Amino acid sequence: MTSSILFNITTFIYLGSMFLFFIFMFSKTKISGSAGIAAAAAGLIVQSAAIILRWKESYDMGFGHAPLSNLYESVVFFAWTIVLIYIYLDFRYRYRVIGAFVMPFALLAMAWAQLGLNDGIQPLVPALQSDWLLYHVITCFLGYAAFAVACGISIMYLIKASSEAEGEKGAGSGLLSMFPPVRVLDDLNYRAIMIGFPLLTLGIITGAVWANYAWGTYWSWDPKETWSLIVWFIYAAFLHARITKGWVGKRAAWLSIIGFAATIFCYLGVNLLLSGLHSYGGGK
Amino acid sequence: MTSKQNDFTLKLWNFFCSLKLTLFLLISLAVISIIGTVVPQGIPPVEYLEQISPVKQKLYENLGLFDMYHSWWFVLMLSLLTLNLICCSIKRLPYIWKIIRNPVLVLDRALEHSMAVKKSFKVYGNPADMRDKAAAFLKAEFAEPVVTEVDGVWHLFAQKHPWSRLSVYFVHLSVIVIFAGAIIGSLFGFKGFVNISEGDSASKITTQSGKEIELGFSVRCDQFTLTNYPTGAPKEFKSILTVLENGKPVQDYLHARVIVNEPLTYKGVTFYQASYGNGGNYFFRYADLEGKNIKEISVPADSEATLPDGSTMHLLEAVPDLSPYEKELSGPAARLEIHPPSGPAKIIIAYGNYPELNLREARDAKNDYVIHYRGIEEKLYTGLQVAKDPGVWVVWAGCLMMVAGIYVAFFMSHRRVWVRIEKGSVTMGGNSNKNQGAFSQKFDFLAESLEKEISREKK
Ligand code: HEM
Repeated sequence: MTSSILFNITTFIYLGSMFLFFIFMFSKTKISGSAGIAAAAAGLIVQSAAIILRWKESYDMGFGHAPLSNLYESVVFFAWTIVLIYIYLDFRYRYRVIGAFVMPFALLAMAWAQLGLNDGIQPLVPALQSDWLLYHVITCFLGYAAFAVACGISIMYLIKASSEAEGEKGAGSGLLSMFPPVRVLDDLNYRAIMIGFPLLTLGIITGAVWANYAWGTYWSWDPKETWSLIVWFIYAAFLHARITKGWVGKRAAWLSIIGFAATIFCYLGVNLLLSGLHSYGGGK
Repeated sequence: MTSKQNDFTLKLWNFFCSLKLTLFLLISLAVISIIGTVVPQGIPPVEYLEQISPVKQKLYENLGLFDMYHSWWFVLMLSLLTLNLICCSIKRLPYIWKIIRNPVLVLDRALEHSMAVKKSFKVYGNPADMRDKAAAFLKAEFAEPVVTEVDGVWHLFAQKHPWSRLSVYFVHLSVIVIFAGAIIGSLFGFKGFVNISEGDSASKITTQSGKEIELGFSVRCDQFTLTNYPTGAPKEFKSILTVLENGKPVQDYLHARVIVNEPLTYKGVTFYQASYGNGGNYFFRYADLEGKNIKEISVPADSEATLPDGSTMHLLEAVPDLSPYEKELSGPAARLEIHPPSGPAKIIIAYGNYPELNLREARDAKNDYVIHYRGIEEKLYTGLQVAKDPGVWVVWAGCLMMVAGIYVAFFMSHRRVWVRIEKGSVTMGGNSNKNQGAFSQKFDFLAESLEKEISREKK
């Protein structure tokens, strides 16, 4: 059994989990929701095994390192963190239908990694040979994942809120009756960001500590650093917006979606479109 | 007049205290910061400047777009955010302080009305006994209460984590501490680089702006090695450095190893492995057109050599093998710029394997001498980034404050419970400044348990 086969299996389990959540949303049969979350948890376990196996495989090849060193590995890890945070939120708050809006993100990441990215295990270039890589990447990605979950919840909020505004016909019946009330969605959005913001803060700080340790500057306004700060500003605005009257609800949901778009740009756009220190695997 | 002035001051104060300004600044900073991730920062590369028109280039320069994060308007925005933060905190702090230091101890009707969660139940028995029971219960299950008597009615007040209310201000303070650290670093620190060839030492470094800084000691590069993986990808860049004071090696800094991600710090100055290159000489042979009067000439990579006729010669570039560039040719070659004592500069190519081409170059350039390329001496230099930043610990202290403060602000709450005991009835109320849902569960549990506890007495 190789890690690559396990990652393929994970992808199919997440696909299954997503469909189970869709079935749950349309049919409202409780069992399909439970099956959806069970599948998500099973996928998480298989994926954890795959990540550990890949780690071991890199040691077998003679240059062992944590599987967080290139775009493929980071996208896989991103999927893992999204499912982890989602399962945590489900465990805490038990609004199952959210899975239908979160699992697609995890599936998309896995499918892209498996189909579109180079999955070879490469040795670490000197710039990445540091324990700080681990702390930095883990905190950042857990933060990103919480923002992904918040984005899914915000999309649900906007769908539900607009149908409620249109009239009662959507609100009481159909798909939307499965959605938690808008008040709850708004609150969950806030809670997901309350998980993400401290993690992103830690991610930026560990990155700064590492940069200082490796290059002697904790902050050099490189595009990736700047984008992480942009994301941080947006979520700081989100947190303060809630304290001001009139910024809960729709505007908060939009801010959360914009924040996640900026997060994705910070993660992928900067690597693919801009240049800087962080081009994964491209050396220094 | 004065009232008008007061009016204006008040307006200004409220403006700087407002959260609308905070939102405006945070979102503007987010949007504006994008510019510097698209326009290259620092000295813009030539290819970029060729893409944009001279008018645009002038405009960007005047707006400070090539160094936007240090431009006056960006710094102004950050200063406004800081001012906003300070004003807002000054305005709200006394109110928060009062909540912490002078809690309302008595649960009167008005307060009861404002409670987020409340409960009352009937009781029989002696209020004083019930008071002791309730006090012991609260102490065991929640927090030690303060007991007050008003007109024969007993009021108990207990609270948890009142200090957590300060955490937000702690976070805000941390932002200011981080800024302070950054300012200290830029005033009293420096950043630069130095290249040291194997066997050489350096006592000066060059900053990014081209200024030279004396270190007060010197650093010798004993050795530089480059290791590759079997695949050819670089595995390790390693310098062996020795710190010298007055030319003598310093104990513990003799043959110190520096690799990427493992720098060396001496007297607050840190040396980071950043790059490497060849620092050896390039060798040429000079002869007249008949091939007589031969002279050997060596040119250091970053310097120049003087030819017998008084010209100076610079090396523009050298390649070990021509074949990737010129189909019919192979072997080494160098491009040279020669400044004769009078007349314009000339550019010629000196080949290693083709004396006849060298002769043709000489004729074309109307030189009365020929230059042959002999090759290069392998002598690596290590490229070190050098930094001193006395503010960095202030920045880390600020970061630590921020993380601790955010944790408390998000995950701890100030919870308060009041109990009023009068003849025949007990009334409870409570609130929490955060996470009301979890608190009301806790409150329900407390209320039920207290009711049981007190009613047990009457049996
Ligand atoms: C980069 C700068 C800032 C950071 C990182 C920051 C961080 C925070 C955090 C983490 C919270 C807690 C939010 C929550 O509990 O949901 C908070 C609350 C708050 N912030 Fe900021 N803040 C910043 C700037 C400002 C500024 C400029 C103001 C000025 C008006 C401000 C005013 C407030 C207020 C009034 C609260 C709420 C306090 C309360 O709940 O009693 N913040 N801030």
